[in-house]
Amino acid sequence: MKVAYWPGCVSRGFTAELHGSMAAVAPMLNIELVELDRASCCGAGVIAEHSQELADTLNARTFALAQQEITQGADLMMNICSTCQGAQSECQQRLDASAEYRAQVNETLSDEGLEYQDGIINKNFLWVLVEDIGLDKLKTLVRNPLTDLRVGPFYGCYIVRPTDRLDINRAQPRDEYLGQVIEALGGTVIDYAGSHKCCGFPIITMNKAASLEQAGRHLGDATDADADCLVTPCPLCHLNLDLQQPMAAKQVGRELNMPVLHLPQLVGLALGLSPKELGLQHHIVKPTSVIDWSQAVVGGVGGW
Amino acid sequence: MAEFKLKIRRYDPEAGAAPYWDEHTVDLEPHRSVLEGILQARNENDGSIGVRCSCRSAICGSCGVRVNGKPGLACHTHLDDALASAGEDGVIEVEPMGNMPIIKDLIVDMDAVHWKKIQRVTPWLIGKEPVPEREYIVSRESMIDVTQSMACIQCGACVSDCLSMEVDPLFVGPAALAKTYRFVGDPRDAAHEQRLKDLGEDKHGIYDCTHCFKCIEACPKGVAPMNQIMRLRRIAGNDFHIKDRNNGERHEAAFVKNIEKNGILHEADLLPDSYGGKFHPRAVPELISSLPIVMTALLRRKMTPGKALLHPHKAPDGVKRIFEVVEGRDERNEFNLYISGTDANNEGTAEVAEAIETAEPAGVAPDGTEGSSA
Repeated sequence: MKVAYWPGCVSRGFTAELHGSMAAVAPMLNIELVELDRASCCGAGVIAEHSQELADTLNARTFALAQQEITQGADLMMNICSTCQGAQSECQQRLDASAEYRAQVNETLSDEGLEYQDGIINKNFLWVLVEDIGLDKLKTLVRNPLTDLRVGPFYGCYIVRPTDRLDINRAQPRDEYLGQVIEALGGTVIDYAGSHKCCGFPIITMNKAASLEQAGRHLGDATDADADCLVTPCPLCHLNLDLQQPMAAKQVGRELNMPVLHLPQLVGLALGLSPKELGLQHHIVKPTSVIDWSQAVVGGVGGW
Repeated sequence: MAEFKLKIRRYDPEAGAAPYWDEHTVDLEPHRSVLEGILQARNENDGSIGVRCSCRSAICGSCGVRVNGKPGLACHTHLDDALASAGEDGVIEVEPMGNMPIIKDLIVDMDAVHWKKIQRVTPWLIGKEPVPEREYIVSRESMIDVTQSMACIQCGACVSDCLSMEVDPLFVGPAALAKTYRFVGDPRDAAHEQRLKDLGEDKHGIYDCTHCFKCIEACPKGVAPMNQIMRLRRIAGNDFHIKDRNNGERHEAAFVKNIEKNGILHEADLLPDSYGGKFHPRAVPELISSLPIVMTALLRRKMTPGKALLHPHKAPDGVKRIFEVVEGRDERNEFNLYISGTDANNEGTAEVAEAIETAEPAGVAPDGTEGSSA
């Protein structure tokens, strides 16, 4: 399949290993990525907090760019960030609700010759994996099943709430997909208190203690549930859970040593890519448990 | 009639024993409520089950509980729906709400948390002076806007699941902040700026919310407290330029500026700018405290000095143009789904509204302006 691909900002900034691992995994899943390199930040909820119209217009522009690719054969728009998914879905809900409002926004876009037409399909890689590629297909692609790897899902708020806007329901349990993917890859899903909670990142500059307390608690809960690692479809969660983990450990007063993987990294490991190809060496918390596992399975990946 | 299994979380702090689960089978029509299930268990099996309820019609807000981990009104949750969201064992779990101390079983201490926070935000109208001889005259639209926050029945479901409050019990919280919007959005109120300043100067005020959407999901009345919090921030920052103690307004301004300049986020600038710039006295300790992490990140080549210091991206002209147009408007253009609805559900309602307008004489204010009184 071919997708209009929106990588987001952080996946090309502080978590460059996410963008890299997605690029490495995509061909193995037969996904052709057409990158929307002229598109802008989704606003992460912060721009909307300043001006809804500004956020709506910026995202309408991204959607319009994606629709250009869709008319040229892409199946849908795909993102790799829970926050992009949520912030863009929120703008899309307003844009799709009213032709009058859409016309207003399109008026601003017209200078650039762009127009957003309602009804774009924009899915996170997690949703694409389950709904478009399918778990059965994914299972057939697994070369190194994650046997005995105990993985805790960490979704990120924006991809699980609000359920009506994100079309999460019994027929489409998108808030359970990470567990389904971990199982399809042969791993063991760890149930712990923090899987659907907030990582705290949005208030890291506003109330650092509360922000780190959130990250620290979830990491601690996962540790207590004997997880080997966490996996997340959200690079902003990754910043608070991995980059800030040493600070979070100080905040909650306990040792934490919990590797946090980006979703394409976990998929890549099971599909046979090496930890190094997936950029695991760039993490702040060394994913030792994961590497030990992959070496035991692959029999010496070496070189990192 | 059908049988349902209820697992009720029991706890009596005065007894000194640990909390435990207590299972009961009840026999009720599937469309009956979880509350009726609990009451049947209490009336027929165990009179000591503690539960609070009154109207049984989802309007008094007494019976807030967690059903299968999700907060809501016990009287507003059908048994068949609860069964569908139950675990594989088909047992409906009923627990007390979170973030509040338990008095007994399903009864939590609303006074200790919820009501204290509501009182904290001056939950009454501070009328504009001079007080008019008759009623205050306001436009219809301005009242539709606040009806969303007025729909709150004070059940505490949002407080129960607030993830910020979980780590910061001093956070004013979703219910009280929705109540604040009820007055900040009300044109008759004279204290908009004071209310916002008060909650901006409180470190646990409007900028302590993480956008986790839990309160939106929890609310049985569609109040969407988080949306109201974001509107409070918008008004505080844009209209009153309130400098809050959490650097929330600065962070927002830095973020917007960052995207206007770079198109996509340049994180290395965002942190210092959120504290007022690299050399701002508030930024220096923050930057020093994050040095060890920066060093590790550089060592692991998570980032390179070049990438962090230079600006690899420039906003395309199209993005710059959007900022010019939208930021250049005289008035903020805010499309509110709650007020406007969607095209799909508005079909045909325009004619109906018109018919009502012509059938009913429009309210004419003493000064001759049209509008509804409240």
